Amino acid sequence: MADVTNTMQRPSPAHASGPKPRRVFSRNNIVIYGILVVLAVYYLLPFYVMLMTSLKGLPEIRMGSIFAPPMEITFEPWLKAWSTVCTGLNCDGLSRGFLNSIKITVPSVFFSIAVASVNGYALSMWRFKGANVFFTILIIGAFIPYQVMIYPIVILLREIGLYGDLGGLVLVHTIFGMPILTLLFRNYFSSVPEELFKAARVDGARFWTIYFKIMLPMAVPIFVVAVILQTTAIWNDFLFGVIFTRPDNYPMTVQLNNIVNSVTGVKEYNVNMAATLLSGVVPLTIYFLSGKLFVRGIAAGAVKG
Amino acid sequence: MSQSGKPTGLFKNLSAKIAAIPMVLTALVVFVGCSVWTIVYSFTNSRLLPSSKWVGLDQYERLWGTRRWLISIENLAIYGILMLILALVLGFLLAALIDQKIRFEDGFRTIFLYPYALSFIVTGLVWQWLLNPEFGIQNAVRSLGFESFTFDPLYNTNTVLYGVLIAGLWHTSGLVMCLMLAGLRGIDEDVWKATKIDGIPAWKTYLLVVIPMMRPVFITTLVLITSAIIKLYDLVIAQTGGGPGLASEVPAKFVFDMMFVSQNLAQGFAASSMMLVAVIVVIIPWAYLEFGGKKHG
Repeated sequence: MADVTNTMQRPSPAHASGPKPRRVFSRNNIVIYGILVVLAVYYLLPFYVMLMTSLKGLPEIRMGSIFAPPMEITFEPWLKAWSTVCTGLNCDGLSRGFLNSIKITVPSVFFSIAVASVNGYALSMWRFKGANVFFTILIIGAFIPYQVMIYPIVILLREIGLYGDLGGLVLVHTIFGMPILTLLFRNYFSSVPEELFKAARVDGARFWTIYFKIMLPMAVPIFVVAVILQTTAIWNDFLFGVIFTRPDNYPMTVQLNNIVNSVTGVKEYNVNMAATLLSGVVPLTIYFLSGKLFVRGIAAGAVKG
Repeated sequence: MSQSGKPTGLFKNLSAKIAAIPMVLTALVVFVGCSVWTIVYSFTNSRLLPSSKWVGLDQYERLWGTRRWLISIENLAIYGILMLILALVLGFLLAALIDQKIRFEDGFRTIFLYPYALSFIVTGLVWQWLLNPEFGIQNAVRSLGFESFTFDPLYNTNTVLYGVLIAGLWHTSGLVMCLMLAGLRGIDEDVWKATKIDGIPAWKTYLLVVIPMMRPVFITTLVLITSAIIKLYDLVIAQTGGGPGLASEVPAKFVFDMMFVSQNLAQGFAASSMMLVAVIVVIIPWAYLEFGGKKHG
């Protein structure tokens, strides 16, 4: 497919580098923009439909097309999804899941980044014997399917009394965030000029002083990248939430799934879509506000140590 | 990379060692310890609780005789192969298009990547709604006058996987685009100049020069997507719940259900060990290619 379309894009070797005279309406450009717009529709359509459905009343959904904008805009579904929709015995809507997700995400992001940044710093500047062995295990471990490790972790958490507790989930997120974040910070600190580190050492600064006084202030951008990466990942997590918390503490993703896929009662599609959008608000906001930093966060996942 | 002298004693560089304790514990206790524990207990007859009664390979024999497991494996294979091919093709296509020095580059990129910021649960639920035959795309097209139009992949055992695939592709292809775009941007402009002077058409340059040059990017992407595919779970839960019947069951869901629903622990352990084997089969050749050669060279 790609090759066929590429043929169409550039019949002549018109591709040139550097600043290029713009011929906006050349045949090439029409084909390129045409394909891009068609693909953009595929990506945008679900969002559009979610939004439209969430603003319609149920009768209108039954009558009209899924793509039609609402004739009468109603915010009822949003209110219901947020504050009154039931999951199990709780009828206080997604607001419960939202609060839970915040209670899970904030400490998880904090601890995972705190641990991994210090670890990355130690690995890049204070390498000790055997450090690389553990680091290699850590990176390889990132590829092990969670399913392989989950049951023993349940047992371990039960032993230390954290199973079902938010603290247990925070610990799990800290553990599984460690490979990627350590890699991120290790690579960053490795690129810091060695002279800086040596100068601080000559001045008598120790491990923690250098970390807090020199490295931390310098690494703010990479911390932002890490926060973006972790917040999205932890907010969107489902598997750990379902396994390591009790129903009262379910994060938003789990609650959302329970609301929409519950088999009892009338299916309220508009409420479902409002709920779905509500769960997407936090990661989407982060995504749109962070722009290039988000991309840097994912690229970090692709860069090998 | 900086180094702080040669450490000799156990207490030299102590702060760094203390700082690395979480990593050491994670690596040894969780990644190695827990994996080994699961593998060992897959040779027992654990059911509701872990038991230490050794039964050899019985669990594996039973596993490979279980219809649901076989379906899960087959589904994952079909989904995985199609997902890999389509995600790479679509991701590369998007990246190549965006790389044409177009206007609104940032706009297009933002559009193609935003699904990746959403959870698989959200992805699955949206596409469940879009593919709902009664109210979704099928209904919308029918109401335009195409009465016999049929598009209900989620309600048909033969096509449900493709319904999941559409959603998975929507979610993941933006990521592939990003990686590919970084790869394309990393290619020297001189390559393009040279092929231009030789009069080689652009598509041929892509196929014969650029793609081979981007081999590392392709391999990394391949590994990343593959390990994500093997973990496929949330999307299926949200979109189909494994149904209709067993038609969209996947191994990760099989493991979860065995461990936490049907109290058949050892089956879950055996199944997850098989998943580990699958990952190893993917990772080892990659790690060898990536890191193996360098050590000697």
